[in-house]
Amino acid sequence: MSVQAAPAPGSGPIEGAGARRLTERVFRVRELGIVIALVLLIAVTAILEPRFVETNSLRNLALNASIFAILAVGQTLVIVTRNVDLSVGSVLGLSAFLAGDLLSGDQGLALPIVFALGIALGAACGLLNGVLVTWGRVPALVVTLGTLYAFRGIAFLWTDGRQVNAETLPDAFLNLGTDSVLGVPFLVLIALIVVVAVGQWLRDYRAGRELYAIGSNPEGARLAGVRSDRRVLTAFVLAGALAGLGGVLFTARFGTVDATAGTGYELTVIAAAVVGGVAIFGGTGSVYGAALGALLLGTITSSLIVLRVEAFWQQAAIGALLLVAIALDRLVGLRVDAALRRRSARRVG
Amino acid sequence: MSEHAAPLVELRDATKSYGAVRALRDGNLTLRPGEVRALMGENGAGKSTLVKVLGGVVRRDSGDMLVDGEPVAFHSPHDARDAGIAVIYQEPTLFPDLSIAENVVMGYHPLGSLKRIDRRAMHRQVQGLLDRLGVKLDSERPVRGLSIADQQIVEIAKALSFDARVLIMDEPTAALSGAEVERLFTVVRTLREHGAAVLFISHRLEEVFKICDTVTVMRDGAVVHDARVADMTPDEMVRRMVGRELSALFPKQDAAIGAPVLKVERLTREGVFFDVSFEVRAGEIVALAGLVGAGRSEVARAIFGIDKPDAGHVEVDGRRVPAARPLAAMRAGIGFVPEDRRQQGLVMDLSIARNATMTRLRPLSRFGLIGGGAEKRLAREWATRLQLKFHRLDNPVGFLSGGNQQKVVLAKWLATEPKLLILDEPTRGIDVGTKAEVHRLMSELAGRGLAVLMISSELPEVLGMADRVLVMHEGRLTAALSRADADEESVIRAATGQVQEAAA
Repeated sequence: MSVQAAPAPGSGPIEGAGARRLTERVFRVRELGIVIALVLLIAVTAILEPRFVETNSLRNLALNASIFAILAVGQTLVIVTRNVDLSVGSVLGLSAFLAGDLLSGDQGLALPIVFALGIALGAACGLLNGVLVTWGRVPALVVTLGTLYAFRGIAFLWTDGRQVNAETLPDAFLNLGTDSVLGVPFLVLIALIVVVAVGQWLRDYRAGRELYAIGSNPEGARLAGVRSDRRVLTAFVLAGALAGLGGVLFTARFGTVDATAGTGYELTVIAAAVVGGVAIFGGTGSVYGAALGALLLGTITSSLIVLRVEAFWQQAAIGALLLVAIALDRLVGLRVDAALRRRSARRVG
Repeated sequence: MSEHAAPLVELRDATKSYGAVRALRDGNLTLRPGEVRALMGENGAGKSTLVKVLGGVVRRDSGDMLVDGEPVAFHSPHDARDAGIAVIYQEPTLFPDLSIAENVVMGYHPLGSLKRIDRRAMHRQVQGLLDRLGVKLDSERPVRGLSIADQQIVEIAKALSFDARVLIMDEPTAALSGAEVERLFTVVRTLREHGAAVLFISHRLEEVFKICDTVTVMRDGAVVHDARVADMTPDEMVRRMVGRELSALFPKQDAAIGAPVLKVERLTREGVFFDVSFEVRAGEIVALAGLVGAGRSEVARAIFGIDKPDAGHVEVDGRRVPAARPLAAMRAGIGFVPEDRRQQGLVMDLSIARNATMTRLRPLSRFGLIGGGAEKRLAREWATRLQLKFHRLDNPVGFLSGGNQQKVVLAKWLATEPKLLILDEPTRGIDVGTKAEVHRLMSELAGRGLAVLMISSELPEVLGMADRVLVMHEGRLTAALSRADADEESVIRAATGQVQEAAA
């Protein structure tokens, strides 16, 4: 996989101020690694099955990955703070059904309102998660495992076995799932905007940097005067809101929605973030990596389908990729640690 | 100094309890503009609690706090910072994944257009601070992997990064070299000239006499003395801190010193400790002294096989102990009482009996099942021998007081009949009475031929208990002192790196 992309950091010239550049390079390499893995994967699949690189097929690939990328961005916000949100799949399901239900009830409803309501519903779910985690002092894993089932249960109660079908939805809405702006599919465009906006926020704004500080050393963040609870709450609300957005887009793309929409998405999304280099214990990782991770996972699934590999092997492949990514991160992390330690030692000695 | 200027900060009769432990009572402290005040006291005297109250980390239970004469209630460190109070805490508060610059300005990044972080300004500002502190550190480097001294510098830069009117430093010099301390003092003097108040915590008396105007002495959670430094002598200060005569407290009986049990040969772990060699003989108590972060605990961890050394080896009774394998170290006859009793020494939710017999699971079990009766019998035997105070052996060990918890950890290791016992801060957080009991026990064990390696940050304990004192500074052994040669001054000098390296 991305092994080729990560030259052993120890082999390069590490001298003096090189340690910083070294770590920087490693992080850049991390994202570059996914891109290279992606290119390799597409190339190999294309050789075996040329139809894989037809415009239509690539377009589908991008469309499928878009929703996952949006969710992965939200997940990154939470994971960076040393938390996790397992409820995103259920939140997506709720918001997807809300959008479908609203529009099949009133075809003339303005789309921005639908989007706003879907996002608001997601944000409300995120708020509940965040409040339980920050004020309730319950570990995020437990809280969101609970809300994963609770939100899904609400979806079942609410839908009551009903299903929203494409025929009952307005064309203007369904077109969002397929239309393009200047050749770029609308869904992909939204995903790109989300990735870049959140990416910049995490990189260039105090609140964003504080999320990293919290994940890197929670107690230290508190002592440094970071309002940790507020920030973690924000991360959960944003993750929920993005899941809500994902839900509305899900309905626009697939047209058919029932209570099970988005089931199991949470694990794919966390896998995407981890493959993309977001450390599960917080403090490091970028939304760009996470989005690329989502794209890579989507591409693997598609290419295995195109190559008519059995479904079992698709799951196994994703699992293997995850393990490779984690092993690689650990390996590189250890080498960077050792390099930094040696560098410090030299200064002392 | 301006003794009549209105106080910047005033703490009146503050108290703070953690459960049943009264960490702070009679917390009275005044800081005036241009004043450098020392806060002195033994470990556990309540200094850190007082600092945390001032810094808004913990809320006082009662009493008043005034800033500029106005009563304030800090709900978080953020409030304290907004009031102009900067605190350098003893424990590290840095973010290993982020750059030095971001560590310094976290939450207060310089902003450019659209409220975006101005990275260039940030690095310029922080690099300026680092240069002012006279250290060669790159502000863009991640904090991960920095030495303790460098981390301390980053902490100091953090506190200086905004215009603090009150600077509180909890042992800032503990890990610094002489030149770095000197530079810090220059900064402190500059701050004083600008009318800031500084609260300075240090165990080094000469530093207090050099830089401080006034001194507050704490003992057993209370402020017991407040005076001008000029009116005090070092002896008086120590007496007020300790409140008793030193010599009576630590009885080490003479024991027959036998053959070497532990032999450490040129043990090295890159960036942590270097070329550490020494031996411990049967019946001998060897103290490993040094400042926090000097690498003492790390050496102990390597001996016990928790961390893998990069070079060197360990022998017990002339036989090499395989590296990085705690089980092998146990089999070789090493017992390890770790520094952090609650996290590493005990399983707090398990019963006293379970904890005390944890190291003896195999002999106690038959066909893989552990016999409850045998477990209880063994636990009871050790509880009696160590005079453990408990209600029921199946109560969670967390119910016990700190001193009695430590006895359970000791029981756990003594049950393995070790040849060498490593004790990392054996009496930290233990009340004075039980402390003496632990010391009596150590002495008795040595008397029966056990080799003891003790790590301690409390000088009286080191000087009272040890047959030999090894001193570490920045990962190296800097002195090996016999009981006769070891005194406060010689140990501190070696611990702060003011002597040439001595062969151990």
